Amino acid sequence: MMFKFFASPASLKKRGLIGINRRNADLIMRHNPRHLYPLVDDKLITKQRALDAGIPVPELYSVIQYQRQTHNLAALLKQHEDFVIKPAKGSGGNGILIIAGQFGDHFRKPSGELVSLSELEHHVSNILSGMYSLGGVADKAIIEYRVKFAPIFKDIIFQGVPDIRLIVFLGIPVAAMVRLPTRASDGKANLHQGALGVGIDLASGESRGGVLLNRYCTLHPDTHTSTAGLKIPHWDAILRMAITCADTVGLGYLGVDIVMDRDLGPLMLELNARPGLNVQIANQTGLKESIRTIRALTSLPTDVDERIQIAHSLANVARADASGI
Amino acid sequence: MPLNFPQAIGGKLLFFVKNLSVLLWGSILIGIGLAIFSYKAFVLGLPTSPGQQTKTWTVQAQITFKGQRGPAIVDLKVPKITPGFSILDEDFISSKFGLTLQAERESRTAQWAIRRARGDLVLYYRLFVAPSTRFVDWQQKPSFPYPPDFEEPYASAIRAIMDDVRNESADVSTYTRELLQQLNAEHPNENIALIRNNARDDTAWTMQIIDILKGVRIPARILWGIPLGEASNDVALQQLLQVHNGEAWLTFNPRSGAEGIPDNFLAWKTGNEPLIELTGGEDAEITFSITSSYRDLIEVTRLGAKQLDSALLAMSPIALPVPNQNVYRLLLMLPIGALVVVCFRTFIGVSTFGTFMPILIALAFRETQLLWGLLSFSVIVMIGLFIRFYLERLMLLLVPRLTSILIIVLILMLVISLVSNLLGLERVLSVALFPMVILAMTIERMSITWEEHGAREALYQGLGSLLVASVGYLLMSNEDLTYLMFVFPEMLLVLLGLSLWMGRYTGYRLTELWRFRALASDQ
Repeated sequence: MMFKFFASPASLKKRGLIGINRRNADLIMRHNPRHLYPLVDDKLITKQRALDAGIPVPELYSVIQYQRQTHNLAALLKQHEDFVIKPAKGSGGNGILIIAGQFGDHFRKPSGELVSLSELEHHVSNILSGMYSLGGVADKAIIEYRVKFAPIFKDIIFQGVPDIRLIVFLGIPVAAMVRLPTRASDGKANLHQGALGVGIDLASGESRGGVLLNRYCTLHPDTHTSTAGLKIPHWDAILRMAITCADTVGLGYLGVDIVMDRDLGPLMLELNARPGLNVQIANQTGLKESIRTIRALTSLPTDVDERIQIAHSLANVARADASGI
Repeated sequence: MPLNFPQAIGGKLLFFVKNLSVLLWGSILIGIGLAIFSYKAFVLGLPTSPGQQTKTWTVQAQITFKGQRGPAIVDLKVPKITPGFSILDEDFISSKFGLTLQAERESRTAQWAIRRARGDLVLYYRLFVAPSTRFVDWQQKPSFPYPPDFEEPYASAIRAIMDDVRNESADVSTYTRELLQQLNAEHPNENIALIRNNARDDTAWTMQIIDILKGVRIPARILWGIPLGEASNDVALQQLLQVHNGEAWLTFNPRSGAEGIPDNFLAWKTGNEPLIELTGGEDAEITFSITSSYRDLIEVTRLGAKQLDSALLAMSPIALPVPNQNVYRLLLMLPIGALVVVCFRTFIGVSTFGTFMPILIALAFRETQLLWGLLSFSVIVMIGLFIRFYLERLMLLLVPRLTSILIIVLILMLVISLVSNLLGLERVLSVALFPMVILAMTIERMSITWEEHGAREALYQGLGSLLVASVGYLLMSNEDLTYLMFVFPEMLLVLLGLSLWMGRYTGYRLTELWRFRALASDQ
């Protein structure tokens, strides 16, 4: 494998790679009307819409909207052993605090670190004042069910919750990856914070090699186990969920984040109107070919099964392309 | 559920049209901008770079007269139409006198008046002119003159000359040329000799020619002007002959017959009306003196713009009062900085704190110079960052925290200024011009980025901001560019067109070539 510091634009084009500029101009501006953004930018609205459409989501414990409510935090949280606090309008995984258990007056993060009640209150107040929201507008804090991750990923995970990211284009899934937190990413599933991205075959739901900080890698950096060949259960149900999400919010280029709960199965965590392009690196394939194929369809099928079929066939074409190079 | 994705299928044509109209609008704007630019640069002759110098002249008319202890009025004809020159400025120096300036279409008269004129009195009129390529000409059409009654024996001599000339000419221009040639011939015939002897001086000679031309109903007049040469304290007005061919005034030298207004000839007035008229005084005398100097072309252009009636120049910031000019000198450079940001973000992919924050930093660099600016900016942000990390532990609410940072930034700036004042470093004193709010926001954003994405990302974005700010500063402080934007504000249309074009750039960013390198290395 020859190492290159820079890729030539031609070689990226050949791979069908889509750059940020093209994503913005050709996908987001063209297929995502701005008035639909609040549906996905506010996680409370997303959750409500998803519930209405029958999409399983983590249970909402409570919503904190006013600064003075932070004083009742202790009472609110008493009934839940573990939970997640997150900003309703946060982005990029910022401001999410996971509490795995309670120890008297203290709360325990999954890493074992203890957090005092006053620190928790400060965090909530930061969320409310808009520190994590897009544009710094006042926000709400969501307290919800903490996902108990299914053991399927236990060999290739350090800590934190891995999530599955699907890209849905005009209601048809075009790419998927699983994001695995690492020691370096501090338990967060964000690729640019050092999480490991592993591509998933759309047809089979099987994992492939991964990408860590823009480098291709097949082993998890902390557990040193192979990332490939892991079959994700309920794969077609996950595809179905993603498609329903797209239909619900009406965004043409949508990122759907799904987590696997031990007891509840796949849960939709959040939607993204501006999904990034790392999924291309994780899958070693660009999105362009699939997008072109879908755009060339004379009509979009309304039937979900039919669309899953199209997603499968896209995956097969992509696989053939990748192996053909 | 019905599928209703916006512009899903069949939107391709619409999308193509959108691209096309961006391309078209961009081209139109750039085209208009460049067209106005070329017109101003090549037709109106505005210099395209600063520092070009041009020769300017100061012409001073000194009027002396004796008062008669009563009211006195002095009328002086002053220039209005000056082909080849633009009037930059003029002064009327006359203590105690009241001044009125009457302008007609092609002439102007300055009138000084005083209630009690006593003893020797002096008035000055000072005119500043510079060469100009702009086309100015007399536009007013004269009426056809009636042939004068010539007295014998001149009448028959003139008639003979008129017949001679008529045979050898085709139109007004050639008639005048031929007439002047014959009248000034080295070996004149007796008719011409007779006429020559009749003219006592230059003025009489020119008036004689004008009369002959009137005889064939050609409108003619005398043009008075000053030859602008070396500095001199006593310059006399010179005269030229002008004839109207139905479309324009043609100028001839009545002695040599040379056609056209000579170089460096400043037209002062036309016609027979006296240059100066005095009532209520005696012994009026006028003397002209000239001096020349070199001045910046832009200054000359700016001064000249007031006199030009070109709508394009009237809409240029050089027509504004000086304080407003300085504001626009700065504001017009902002789009250049914004374009730098566009290039760095869209083509290279450098991340910065905030979209246009680097421009504001760059503006601050204009006062401090680059090196000191970078240094003091980094120092303030660094110290501010440390204090911000401590504030984080105090768990303050967002807005009070931002206010605290703002105050801390101000204290830091004050301390830096005071210390540098003690050390005698004047450059650093201007650190006070840094936009404080920008500094405070930078510190806040940087610390959040630091905590959430790590020190690496925070430093990366910080350095990105400083890089963009530095390049922006270098371009925005470029004198040639500042001059170009200021004198040719139509460049804004070009910049607008460029940014429209860049707005539809869908290619890779430079950083993506690095980011996606794992995908290319397989091959």
